[in-house]
Amino acid sequence: MSAATASKDVAKGSGIYSKAGSLSSERRWALWTAYASLILATIIFLAPPVYMFITSLKGSAEIANMQGNPWLVRNPTAENYTALLGNTMFLRFFLNSFIITGLVVLITMVISVLAAFALARMRFFGSQFLATGVFLTYLVPDTLLFIPLYQIVGGLGLLNSIWGLVLVYPTLTVPFCTWIMIGYFASIPKELDEAALIDGANWMQMLTKIFIPVAMPGIIAATIFAFTVSWAAFVYPTAFVTTPDQMPLTIGIVSQLVRADTFAWGQIMAGALLAALPPVVIYAFLMDYYIAGLTAGATKG
Amino acid sequence: MAQVSLRKIVKMYEGDVQAVKGIDLEIEDHEFVVLVGPSGCGKSTTLRMIAGLEEISSGDIAIGGTVVNDIPPRDRDIAMVFQNYALYPHMSVFDNMAFGLTLRKFPKAEIKRRVDEAARILDITPLLDRKPKALSGGQRQRVAMGRAIVRDPKVFLFDEPLSNLDAKLRVQMRTEIKKVHQTVRTTTVYVTHDQVEAMTLADRVVVMNQGLIEQVGPPQELYHHPATRFVAGFIGSPAMNFLPARVENGAVHLPGGAVLPIPEARRARYAGAPGMDLLFGIRPEHLTDHRPGLPNRADITITPEVIEPMGMETLAHFHLGEARDCCARLEPTVLAEPNVPIVLSADMNNMHLLDAKSGRVL
Ligand SMILES: Nc1ncnc2c1ncn2[C@@H]1O[C@H](COP(=O)(O)OP(=O)(O)O)[C@@H](O)[C@H]1O
Ligand SMILES: [Mg+2]
Repeated sequence: MSAATASKDVAKGSGIYSKAGSLSSERRWALWTAYASLILATIIFLAPPVYMFITSLKGSAEIANMQGNPWLVRNPTAENYTALLGNTMFLRFFLNSFIITGLVVLITMVISVLAAFALARMRFFGSQFLATGVFLTYLVPDTLLFIPLYQIVGGLGLLNSIWGLVLVYPTLTVPFCTWIMIGYFASIPKELDEAALIDGANWMQMLTKIFIPVAMPGIIAATIFAFTVSWAAFVYPTAFVTTPDQMPLTIGIVSQLVRADTFAWGQIMAGALLAALPPVVIYAFLMDYYIAGLTAGATKG
Repeated sequence: MAQVSLRKIVKMYEGDVQAVKGIDLEIEDHEFVVLVGPSGCGKSTTLRMIAGLEEISSGDIAIGGTVVNDIPPRDRDIAMVFQNYALYPHMSVFDNMAFGLTLRKFPKAEIKRRVDEAARILDITPLLDRKPKALSGGQRQRVAMGRAIVRDPKVFLFDEPLSNLDAKLRVQMRTEIKKVHQTVRTTTVYVTHDQVEAMTLADRVVVMNQGLIEQVGPPQELYHHPATRFVAGFIGSPAMNFLPARVENGAVHLPGGAVLPIPEARRARYAGAPGMDLLFGIRPEHLTDHRPGLPNRADITITPEVIEPMGMETLAHFHLGEARDCCARLEPTVLAEPNVPIVLSADMNNMHLLDAKSGRVL
């Protein structure tokens, strides 16, 4: 930076062109670096889904055929998709995932918005400590928790049931969502509540009429997080669910489309792609809000 | 509308910070009272206790004759305007102003009538559909005032409402606030650290210092008859000059040998002064260029360090003995120059003598 300004000062006498030239070459270099790294990242991230897509369009014979380039499709077919969509079990997985995720997102948002509001605004004994505690629980990984949770879920008679999952997933989503919402609510100026208080609002009205609308980007970010975590959860359903009729997509696909050591690769790929669709759709819809949410959260710890 | 009474109000914050140390104040119906004082003197705390946003550690606050100590803000029938406006960012200007009425379940037509009326008074009718972020600072301030006006409360509370505006707009909005008060006549408590704002707006000014009230009175009275050194130095700009002094033989003796005779009419008042350590207090406007023939004038010779021509007047800065940063206001026609001694004339009818120890004005 200082070098650039210095060279600008030196170049002052020698006309506008040399200045523009040096600036644009600097800019071009920056652009090249940016493009190169972006392309590299894109390839790394997109190669697996593209390969999945290609494979999902092949018949079993073509997949098993080791000759030729595996990135090319010779006889494209939709048979994997039609087989899956005609398979009531697969549709059941989809429905289960939707029920679980919908309920988990709802439960998560209700709990975390209320908890965050209380922790951010109502100064009560231990509120600071609690706020930190909430975050610490998020740091405990689910691979550590599933064994004790198995006991709890078993004790409640909810093993092998989507309701058990609905109960358990919020332990993954609530702490982080609460944390996001505390940050959001804390960034709302204190005078706003005081104005609302004087205007005649009670705590509930303050939450619903001021805090929730003002913190909408944060709520959307938290919703997307809860949706993604719940949709993609793998460890808990693997541990708690045993029969196909209660399985969500994540484990349904791998457990039911793999028979002993027969892998229905085409269907697995097609199923995985279909399973990835809802999050993609949700992201696409809420992307603008989500990004606004992420950056606003970033400036306010 | 109502009067507001503060009786022995104390506020202790956690950690034993005593922000307000027992103040008594009676505010009349329709009155515009300004709390003024340096930053941290407890003005906001006092205002927030009236609003019910801070608990009162001890003492009583009554609004309209009812003690409100345990009444929550929403039931005190007050409206407050904040320094940072505190507009609801997701609501239109109309909804911002209507919010309090909506929560109180006023009929739609009544809400619209009141908001339109307030918008007309404040000249913001064309802005009613906008969101706060599409408004300038001055417009936001008007909306914040509108939000207070529509409620037609017993008391308006303002906490430094103009401090976020630039100087020119501040002067304009000051006039605006005064105009609004003359229209709606609501009892008003206004907090500012700016003594000019206090002087221009107030029916009565309350000067606060370190959690206590120094003096209460109409602006002119505070200006001409300050009770303490703090008030004397705080009110007026440039500030009053204070010079160490003694009184002997009916005259004030200043460092450097100047002897200023005390006017006949004021002698009795200073009967006890001889022998005390005193401060001679005089405002720059009462320390002017030499004008022969005026009664009750006394001459002091000083050497200006800096001359500041302001157009309608010229300020001369000087020091006299240990008293630094002294200032005199000269006619613009006077040709004063730095480091050239000049004879000034002190208006002895408008001087003050203060007890150097207690700071009391004699
Ligand atoms: N919430 C608080 N907790 C502890 N001390 C506070 C709090 N608010 C204000 N104070 C202290 O109380 C004193 C008065 O503050 P305040 O009323 O805001 O002053 P002013 O408005 O006159 O500038 C200051 O010393 C301030 O530091
Ligand atoms: Mg203040």
